[in-house]
Order: sequence, then C-alpha cells, then structure tokens
Amino acid sequence: MHKSVFLGMHKSIDQINERIRDGTARVVTAEEMPAIVAELGEEGALKEVDVVTTGTFGAMCSSGAFLNFGHAEPPIRMERIWLNNVEAYGGLAAVDTYIGATQQSDTREEQYGGAHVLEDLVAGKSVELRASSRGTDCYPRRTITTDLLLENLNQAIMCNPRNAYQRYNAATNSTEHILHTYMGVLLPNCSNVSYSGAGVLNPLSNDPKLRLIGSGVPIFLCGAQGMVIGEGTQHSPAGGFGTLMVTGDLKKMSQDYLRAATMTGYGVTLYVGLGIPLPVLDIEVVRATAVRDQDIFVDLLDYGVPSRSRPALRKVSYADLRSGMIEINGEEVRTSSLSSFKKAREVAGELKRWVESGGMQLSLPTRLIDSKKPVKPMHESAKGPRVLDIMNRQVVSIGEDEEIRTAAKKLLKGETNHLPVINGDNVLVGIVTTFDISKAVANPGKAHLVKDIMRKKVITTTPDEAVDIAVQKLEKNNISALPVVDGGNHVIALLTAMDLGKLFGGRWLK
Amino acid sequence: MKLLVTFSRKKGSKPIIAQAVRDTGVLINVERAIIDSSEGEALIDVPDDQCELVRNTMINLGAHVHTLEHGISVNESECIDCGACISICPREVFSLDSNWKLQLAEEKCVICGKCIEACPQQALTLPL
Repeated sequence: MHKSVFLGMHKSIDQINERIRDGTARVVTAEEMPAIVAELGEEGALKEVDVVTTGTFGAMCSSGAFLNFGHAEPPIRMERIWLNNVEAYGGLAAVDTYIGATQQSDTREEQYGGAHVLEDLVAGKSVELRASSRGTDCYPRRTITTDLLLENLNQAIMCNPRNAYQRYNAATNSTEHILHTYMGVLLPNCSNVSYSGAGVLNPLSNDPKLRLIGSGVPIFLCGAQGMVIGEGTQHSPAGGFGTLMVTGDLKKMSQDYLRAATMTGYGVTLYVGLGIPLPVLDIEVVRATAVRDQDIFVDLLDYGVPSRSRPALRKVSYADLRSGMIEINGEEVRTSSLSSFKKAREVAGELKRWVESGGMQLSLPTRLIDSKKPVKPMHESAKGPRVLDIMNRQVVSIGEDEEIRTAAKKLLKGETNHLPVINGDNVLVGIVTTFDISKAVANPGKAHLVKDIMRKKVITTTPDEAVDIAVQKLEKNNISALPVVDGGNHVIALLTAMDLGKLFGGRWLK
Repeated sequence: MKLLVTFSRKKGSKPIIAQAVRDTGVLINVERAIIDSSEGEALIDVPDDQCELVRNTMINLGAHVHTLEHGISVNESECIDCGACISICPREVFSLDSNWKLQLAEEKCVICGKCIEACPQQALTLPL
C-alpha cells in the first residue's frame, strides 16, 4: 500500500531541472529543511521542496590549484618553482605547476604560504613566479622571474584532494601546557574546546548514503561553479567521516569564500567555502536532509595525547558544541568554532539564489562514491625508534627516607644528574637532581631527607613510547631526563638527553 | 577608564600604585600586571571622573601613563566570524549574536593579547 504512494511521490532530476529553468523550483537551505519536514510531514515536504542547498566554510588544508603559465621566450622547462617564495610542485613538465595550500614561504614561514598565494591571485594581486631549470635542447632557458596576475595565466584550476569533511572530532587538551594544533589553540587542563564543521548545513551530513553526491555533481566552490571529482583522500564514510575531491575555476572565485589562514604554531591553511545543491527526489532524500545539529555526533578527543588514536572524553553533538558551552567531567567548558557558521549560511544562501534564478542546474552522479569504505592507517614497514632502544638500563635510584647526603654520594658514584626516588614498594614517588641537592646543601634548613627536597611531580616515559614523543616531553617541560617506568610505575631505566645521541650514527638514521 | 601604567624599577622600587591610591583616595582596580626586577607594566581601571587625577598623580610619581580608549579591535574585512577567539578569552569579551556574527564587549577587555594568536585570520590587534 505504502509502496505505491512512495512511487507516486518520486520526482525525477529532469522534472526538477525543468522547474529550475521555469523559475518555479522551491529551493530551501539545509538549515530550513528540518522545520519544513516537521510542519508538512515527509510527504508534504517532498511535494513542496525541490532542492536543498548545503554549505560549509572552514579550514581545508588539503587544497591547491593547477596553474599553467604559457611558454616564455626562449622557453623554459621549469623544474623548481616558487610563487612569492612559496615552493610549488615542479614535476609536471615545462610550464605547469601545482601549488598546495599548506606549503610555507621559504622566507616568511607560517606567516605566508600557498593559501596566501591563492588568495592574492583571486584578490587580483600580482604574484612573483621564479623558476629554474637545467636547460635542454628544446627548452634552453635556465631561469625566469616574472610578476603575474591571475588573468595572465592560461588556466588556474583549483583541485582539492580532501575537502568537505562530513564532520570533525572536537578537540580539548588535558595536559598542563598550551597546545598549538590544526584545531587551533587548546588551553591547558581542558579549559576550552575547539570544533569545526557546519553540522546541519554540511553537504555530506545531508546525504550520508552518498545517493546524490558523486562524480560530476555541480557545486559551489569558493564563489565559483565547480564540480565533485569523486571521493576525497582519507574518505571514511564507514565512521561518518566522508570527504570529497572537488575542482573549480580559480579565475571565477571570490575572496569572500576563499581565505588564507595561519594556525599559530601549526602552519598555513586555506578556508574554503563549499556548498552542494541536493535534488529532493524521494522520501529518502527528505529524511536525510531533515538532519539537525542535535542528530550529528562527534567524539571530543584529547589532543594532549600525541597519538593517532587519541582518547575520546565523551560524545558531543553539533547542537552541544554550538551552544557555546559543554560539560567535561562535571565542569562547564567554553567552546570555539574554527569554521564559520555565518559564512556557511552565506554559501548555502548564495547557492539557493543560483538555483532559484536558474543559474545552476542539477545532475546526478555519473559515478557513485563508496558510502561504506573505512580508512586505513599507514602501513609502516619499519617502526621508528622507541625509548627501549636507547634508554639507559643502569639506573640508580634512591629511597625517599634516605638522607640527602646519601643521595649526593649516589649521584657522584653513579655519574648521573638525576636520581629517581622510590618508596618502600619500589614505586616511583619523586625525582632529585644535582641542582636540588646543591640547593639543599647551599641553604641548609629543616630538610634532611630525600623526600623533603624531591620533586613529586615526575614526568615519565615507557619503554614502548616513540622517542619523538619522549623528546617532546623533555622539550615541553624543559628537563633533561625521564624515568622509564613499567605498568606498575616501577623505574626500569632512565632516558636522558645524552641517550638521544645514540640515534646519530646508529641504525635508526639509515 | 583603563590606563596602561609603565614604570622603571631601577631607581629603587617605589610602590607607585599603592602611593597613588593613598594620595588620591581612588580605589584602583588592577586588571593585569607584569612586574620584574627592572620594569613594571600594569593595566588599571579607574572611574572616568577620577581618571585625570590618578593619571597626573602617577605621572608625578615617575610612571608613564597611557589612556586606553579601546580594547582589542577586530579588522572586519579579515574576520570570518568563526569564533576561535571566544573560548580563549579569559574575560568573555567575544560572543556570537543570533546571526552568528562576532560581537565584542570591548569594555571587558584587559588587553592580555591571548586572542591574537588564536585568530586564524590575524584579524585582531591590540590598541597600542
């Protein structure tokens, strides 16, 4: 019984395009859709709405553009290429290049990068091209330096390998240090939360089964009409993290929807405005586009853990995040968005006007994107060095109830500057350094025992930890040794700055 | 009104703020202060009608005093209204309005500058 009703309620893409051409198509944004479905019901909404427009405006690091400069006289086959001192790819023969958004300037580092070159070009500014070559019989020229405007290029085609993440995990930081990440500045002790994504307006969240978004589908890309190429890199729809590879003509883009940015202490990135119009073909499309912020959940991850698998503290919805405050372990913590919801609305709104005015017709994918695929971690044929490879197992430790004198003797005898302090159960309870002991000797006071002068907060490492992580601990805490502990917090070795020397000339640098 | 007071501590360490409070009777609110062995900088808040009095007293005590008409400022053409600054600010200066546009409560700003590096668009600047 229902089936016939549903079949009758199907709209074809041609019908929808006809209405767009007639100027009679009803176009709404994905933000407006939930209320329409709530008011009219699913079937009512299917009858009423022809197109739902989506939009997002956020940092999309994996972006860039192919540029063609035309030939110089005499001609050059450019092998190394810089645009405003930002290196671009030189492996595309003669006068083509790819400039990536996150590539940093040789001179201005994170203050200027590929993203800024793209924004400058779009803004009509002049960009300096510098290139060199070996010189060949057919391309004799060896160097070139010239100032270029976007209009001087034959092609400037944005091609972004990984854009429009379906959602993105929120970030916080449980450590005692401030962190500078691609998720922005994360304050110590989980004092803030950073998130990204347009939630209700996100293209893929409005088509999670990828029935409508696929190769060849027209999109809004930084103010120009672009197109979905296919699945993006790291595409992982199985876990709700689909991505898209997209393209569009840089020459038609607008600075309103393309902005270079610098995440302090992390690097350069590009803010991209991207929207996709979704044809409302059937009830399933209505259901998918009725998604709300409170229906889209992400994990709140602790970026204080420097690992691929960061622990999740809790699940949060975009409604929680957008409320400005969420709870972590009973404390209210303020949230910050890195992406702009206001801009995402502008993208969806602009796209709505395009479709309403007949300026953009829709099409179905010429090739569908896999909606179930997971992403794999990197296959590492060799593990990088771990703490156990270089740690010093001849560790001398001292009991907390020993006298300071004894500690001094042990330091001398052991020729070390660090003494881990253990209790009666051999568990690590503190650390003393030659500095602590000198201080105690120079200012004799009430302190007689090691436990009176030891530092109780000990930064430790484990045998399995990657050396790079241990090095980060040394640097961040401005210390020169880490006790290596087992699961029971027993000291099994010491890792000192001196042990790091073992990495040089050793097998790890091969 | 907010005053940025800087003073050298090389010629002994005169208790400039305490002295100014005693001499003027104005209750000065110290919002932020960095004082080390050679110099000090304090951001103080005083009632508008007593601003001149405090200012002159401090200048006479040997301090440089700068009247701050403004707190942090946003370059509207760079700002994209993301809100990255919101959770970084210790004084809740920033917020998004019902249209998701960034709003500033400039009077709350203590000019600590923490938001500046948090802004992906480098749209925030200190008044000095």
